Amino acid sequence: MNREVSINAAMALALLAVPIIALQIGQTFTITLATRIAILALAATGLNLALGLGGLVSFGHAAFFGIGGYAAGILSAHALSGEPMMFGFEGSQSMPVIWLVAAVLAGLIGLGIGVVSLRTSGVYFIMITLAFAQMIFYFAISWPAYGGEDGLSIAVRNGFPGLNTMRPMEFFLVAYGLLMLTLGLFSLIRSSRFGAALQAVRQNDVRVASIGIKPFPIRLTAFVLSAMITALAGALYADLNRFVSPSMFSWHMSGELIVLIILGGTGRLFGPLAGAALYVILEFVLGGMTERWQFFLGLILLAVVLFARGGVMGLLAGKARHG
Amino acid sequence: MAENAVLEINGLEKSFGALKATDNVSLTLRPGEIHALIGPNGAGKSTLIHQICGTLKQDKGTIHLGGQDVSSLSVADRARLGLGRTFQISSLAGEFSALRNVMLAVQAQQGSSFHFFKPVLKDKSLTEAAMERLSRVGLADRAHVPAAELSHGEKRQLEIAIALALDVRAFLLDEPMAGMGPEGSKTLTRFLDGLRREAPILLVEHDMDAVYALADRISVLVYGRIIATGTVDQIRNDPTVRTAYLGDHA
Repeated sequence: MNREVSINAAMALALLAVPIIALQIGQTFTITLATRIAILALAATGLNLALGLGGLVSFGHAAFFGIGGYAAGILSAHALSGEPMMFGFEGSQSMPVIWLVAAVLAGLIGLGIGVVSLRTSGVYFIMITLAFAQMIFYFAISWPAYGGEDGLSIAVRNGFPGLNTMRPMEFFLVAYGLLMLTLGLFSLIRSSRFGAALQAVRQNDVRVASIGIKPFPIRLTAFVLSAMITALAGALYADLNRFVSPSMFSWHMSGELIVLIILGGTGRLFGPLAGAALYVILEFVLGGMTERWQFFLGLILLAVVLFARGGVMGLLAGKARHG
Repeated sequence: MAENAVLEINGLEKSFGALKATDNVSLTLRPGEIHALIGPNGAGKSTLIHQICGTLKQDKGTIHLGGQDVSSLSVADRARLGLGRTFQISSLAGEFSALRNVMLAVQAQQGSSFHFFKPVLKDKSLTEAAMERLSRVGLADRAHVPAAELSHGEKRQLEIAIALALDVRAFLLDEPMAGMGPEGSKTLTRFLDGLRREAPILLVEHDMDAVYALADRISVLVYGRIIATGTVDQIRNDPTVRTAYLGDHA
């Protein structure tokens, strides 16, 4: 077992152990923190597929995070009120159904955004993805049917078959399980033919075309998959807070996801988890000491970019290796 | 002649503003031959190569590969039809090992990159084919070194291994000798001499010793125009070529 695999395993175990211990000593809030870490890590893992493997710096992934959130909010609101939605669909309070809707919706919208924005690259790609996300942000604000600017409350957390998701520990396990499954999927994709092509396209797209692999469909597929994963995280995030608002669509959220990846280590399997853990812990610890905790977060980010390009995973496990 | 040419370029023109970078260029590549393209810096060799492989679109003229008009196809489509290009400097994927670089070419050749679950490193149809190509260019013992860490000459060899992995009908070699020591040049010259049996080679090269040793025909490009095409002896003794390019070389 190489060093990175051991560190990944240790991190996965730690994320599971902390809430279990917290449950024993009655620290419910710690469980919520761990859940937040798992969900943000899931969202960032989605982005990591596009950004880390494919080099696609999407500054609009809040769009997909928010779509997931609103899918959860809207479906459960309709299920509660009994008022049917379009196509006579009654809504749902079941997480698997909500996840499916969230992923499909985000995949379709990601396809539309991707087809347009992947024709550009570099700073233009960053700007055009941001523009799309802002469009959706303003749309959500001006949509009174679902709360507009005030957002939408979720009265009862959506359910998962066999679990009582209102219990923090059981909800944590749902988020944790989904994160681990997704990380497994990410790892498979990374070492597959598709993953090889995607990573090569990041390194030298002209060269990849010259051996007969078209970069565009590879990038588009990665972008769509990435959107779908981030939407799942959005649905969970809405359930965690039992509230969705347009702020899930805001560009701060897109930036936060990028920050998580850079903090943790771009393109690394457990980079998003390392980044999310560091981010949430800093937010908690520094936030307890000063209201200006984001100033210190900025300093840390600066230090990572200047001195530790590989992020947390780079420090712990050394340079990424590609077999 | 036109029927059996593997690569046929007809009346190609390309201008950048007032500058005619490619001026009515026609040339053919016949089966089994090495056709060298020489010319001073700025003659438009790179522009011509870019148009042949599709990274630049010509203003006028046609390009046929194996009898098929590829003039308006994408870079990837031309590659899949058998245009094997090597590059002056860039590696396919510098972070990947030499082996994985060649594996990617084998994968491209096999057709689909849309497999999401099977690990490539456990796919023998990729690893074995790639290893065989690396052995042929003498790079087998460096298979697991990241491409970016290979020496200049080794990167050249890797480029050729990648081209070998594609089912190539015509090689487009862009200065394969550049940056090679005298010993490396000799080895590579011998190797290219054998490579022509796989597919004909359009060779852009500054190393005149290699060109004279290898070329069946030479075309001389000056200011975007081909001023002469002929055998090594014809070109060596051509007075216009001597004044325009070769000078003391010949």
